Amino acid sequence: MALNRKIAYIDLTTGDIQTKAIPLEVRKKFLGGRGLDAYLLYNHTKKGCDPMGPDNALIISGGILTATCASATSRTHVMAKSPLTGMLGSANMGGFFAPELAWAGFHHLVIKGKAKNPSYIYIHNGEIEIRDAGGIWGQSVTDAQWAIRQELGDEEVKSCVCGPAGENLVRFANVMTGVKNAAGRTGMGCVMGSKNLKGVAARGTMDIEIAHPVEALEYNKSFISQITSAKVSQTQGTLGTPFIWGATNSWGGVRTRNFQYNQCEYSDDIEPERIDEICEETMGPYHMTGCFGCQVHCRAQYKIPEGPLAGRYEEGPEYTSLGAFGAETDTPRALTVLTGNHLVDQFGMDNLETGSLISWAMELYELGIITDKQTDGLDLSWGNDEAVLEMVERIAYRKGFLGDALADGGIPASKKIGKKSFDYLVQVKGMSNLHSDERATPALALNVATASRGSDHLRSRPAIDLYHLPEEVLRKIYSNPVAYDGPLSSEHTEYIGKPWQVFWQENLYMGVDCLGICKYHTVFLGVTLPTFEEWSKVLFLNTGIEMSPEEIWQVAHRCNMLERLFNLREGLQRNDLEKGDMLNHRYFDEPCRRGAVDVIGTMIDKKKFIKMVDELYGHQGLDKNGVPKPETLESLGLENEPSHLV
Amino acid sequence: MAKILYVDHEKCTGCRLCELVCAVSHDGISNPARSRIRVLKWEAEGIYIPMTCQQCQDAPCLNVCPVKAISQDEELGRVSVDYNTCIGCRSCVSVCPFGAMNFNATDRRVLKCDVCDGDPQCVRFCDVKAVEFIEAGEVAIRKSRKAAKRVSDAGRQAADLQAQI
Repeated sequence: MALNRKIAYIDLTTGDIQTKAIPLEVRKKFLGGRGLDAYLLYNHTKKGCDPMGPDNALIISGGILTATCASATSRTHVMAKSPLTGMLGSANMGGFFAPELAWAGFHHLVIKGKAKNPSYIYIHNGEIEIRDAGGIWGQSVTDAQWAIRQELGDEEVKSCVCGPAGENLVRFANVMTGVKNAAGRTGMGCVMGSKNLKGVAARGTMDIEIAHPVEALEYNKSFISQITSAKVSQTQGTLGTPFIWGATNSWGGVRTRNFQYNQCEYSDDIEPERIDEICEETMGPYHMTGCFGCQVHCRAQYKIPEGPLAGRYEEGPEYTSLGAFGAETDTPRALTVLTGNHLVDQFGMDNLETGSLISWAMELYELGIITDKQTDGLDLSWGNDEAVLEMVERIAYRKGFLGDALADGGIPASKKIGKKSFDYLVQVKGMSNLHSDERATPALALNVATASRGSDHLRSRPAIDLYHLPEEVLRKIYSNPVAYDGPLSSEHTEYIGKPWQVFWQENLYMGVDCLGICKYHTVFLGVTLPTFEEWSKVLFLNTGIEMSPEEIWQVAHRCNMLERLFNLREGLQRNDLEKGDMLNHRYFDEPCRRGAVDVIGTMIDKKKFIKMVDELYGHQGLDKNGVPKPETLESLGLENEPSHLV
Repeated sequence: MAKILYVDHEKCTGCRLCELVCAVSHDGISNPARSRIRVLKWEAEGIYIPMTCQQCQDAPCLNVCPVKAISQDEELGRVSVDYNTCIGCRSCVSVCPFGAMNFNATDRRVLKCDVCDGDPQCVRFCDVKAVEFIEAGEVAIRKSRKAAKRVSDAGRQAADLQAQI
C-alpha cells in the first residue's frame, strides 16, 4: 500500500541507515512529495547550516500517489538548503525514478553527512546499501546511470545522479534521471556532489495495493480523457514544450539579450515547428516520449544533426533551452540550442541558470564591465554561438576566471566582477529568472518575485492569465475550492485580482507536487484540467484517505507556509534585492521594446507591484514584512515547528 | 477469427501505463512485476518495445507443460493456464522464446497475458495505439500497405530524379 512506504534516513559519514514508517497524521498534514520534504527539511536542518556541508539534508522523494493507479505520477522531488540561494532548494523532475523508489519500499530519503569516498546508494526491495562509486565518478549523467546498471547487472535499475557539474560543485548543478529529466533548479546536484554522492539507484518489485482498484482504474480512464481531450495537451504531445516558447515569443514575453529586449527576432530556426522537423528527420515520425504513466508525452527525441557532436541522441529541447541558448544569448539557431541542451544534460547543470548567466556575462562584455582579460580571450559578443557553447563547458568544469565565477551563481559572481554588474543580473533570491520576460504581465512578475525557491515559473505562475479568459470563467476556476469574491481581470497587463490568482496557483502547484503528479496535468497551461476536486477522488480511490478538496487546499497552504518559514529562518527579508521578494530594477525602469501593441512600452509599475505583494501577503496570512501572523500558523497547525513528528 | 494483440513499437512512447493498468486490473495491485506486458527499453537510443504473449499456435509453453495445465482457447485466441492443474514447475517460463510467461514470486505462480477476456486494458489505455487488439489478417494487410507506400514513395522519388536529369 502507498501509505506503508517509508522514510529512510541515511548518514553518509557514519554509514548509519534508519527507516521509519510515516504516521497517518503526518500524511494528512503534509501528504507527501514536496510538502513532506519541506517538513523534513525544516525539521532536519539547523538555521544557517552550510548548504555544501555534511549537516545539510538532501531529501529525495515521490508523492503520496507515486506509482499508484493515478495518471502521470512520475515526479521525483529533491529538496535541500540551496547552495545557490542559501535558502530553500527544491526541484522536481519526471522520468521513472520515483515510481521505482516506491516499488522498492520508500517514498522519502533524507541523506545527510558526507561520504569518505565517492559513493552511490542502492535501494532494492526495502534494503539500502552504500556502494563505492570510484569507477563512476567523473562520468556524464547518462554514462553514470548505464554504468550503475552494468555494475548491478540489472537493466531495470533506475537512478538519479549528479553529473560532472555536481562533482565540481557548480552551485546550480542538477540531480538527473534518464537522458534529460532534471531536478534542475537551486543546485540540488551540487548538494549531492558535496556529499561525495554520485547518485541513488533503485530497483523494486514490492506490491503497492490500491485501496479501490476497480474504481481507481475506471477513474484513471476518465482522468486521462480529461487531460488528453484538452487542446493544449495535444499540442504539447506533438510539438513538446517549445510550443510555449513560440507562443510567448510571438507577443513579446521572451527575454532576449539578457534583458535588453522582450522578443527574439529572426528566430525561424528555433520555432517549435522547425525543432519538430529536426526531431522527425533524426528520429522518425514517432519521436515523442513520455514519463511514467503519462499520456501527454511532451518530451521530444532528437539526434544532433551536425557539428562535432553530430549523431548524439538527446531528448528535448524544452522551451527553457530555446530561451537559454537561443534568445537570451541572441543565438537563435537550432544547432546551438540542440547542442547546448545536450551539453547541460550531460554535465548535469541547470539550463535556465546557465543560459541566463552566460547572457548576463555577454551584456557585461558589451558594456565593458568585463573584458577579454576576464574571459581569457573568449569573444563574448551577442550571437557568438561557439562562445556560448564554450562557456557551458567552462562553467561545468570551472575553467578560467569567468567559468569559475559563474559556477558560483550570479550574486557571488557579481561580487567578484564588481562595478555595476549586479544591476544587470536578472534574479530573485539569488536564482536567475527563466527566459521569460514578465514586464508586460504583472501577475507573472508577482509570481517570480515571490516564488519560494527564487525566481521561478513553476511555483505560482498563473500562466492562463495570458489567455484573456472571460471573467466568469476565471471566477469559476479561482473560486474553487475556497470562495473568492474579490476582483478578477481578463487583461494580462492589469494588476487587479492578480495576487489572488498567484496565491491560488501557489496552492495548486504545491498540491500537485505533494501528490507526485506532473503540473501539465493540472491548471498550469490547460484551463479544463483536473484540480482539487479530482485530486480528492483520486487520493481516496488509491490510498483510502478521505480528504475534501478544501482539506487538500489547506495542506498545500500549510506546506507553502513551511517553505516560507524555512526561507525566513535563512534570512528572507521582503525588499532585499538578494534575499527578498523583490525584482531587479530593470522591471520598473526599462520598458518593453518589442512585441504586441499592448506589450510594447510596458513595464512594471513599482507602486502597484508593492501593493500586489501586500495583497498577496494578506491572502497568504503574512504581515506586511512577509512574516506569518501567529493566527495563520495556528490555523495551519504550524505554531510548534519544528515539531519532529518524523 | 480471433483477435490478436498487435504491438507497433515505433509508436510506443515508453510511458509504461500498460504495465500499470495490467497489474491493477488483474491483481488490484500496482507492480510492474505483476504485469503481463512489459516495455523493454534502450534509453540511450530512445527505443521502447512492449513485449507480451504472442498466443502461439504451436505454443512451447503448452507443449512443455507436464500436467497439461495450458490449453488453446480458440474462441478468444489465447493460450490459457488452468491454475487448478498448474503445479508451478515453471517449465513454461524457461521455454517461452519471448519471455512472456512470467513468474510472480509473491503469489508463487506463473502469469501470462489472457487478453483480459477480450477487452485488453493495455489497449484501452494506450492513447498512441502502440498496442492494438485487431484481427490477425488486419495486421498483415496494414504491414503490406506500409511497405507498399515505401515502394510507391521510392518510385515517385525516382521519377522526380529522372525528370531533373
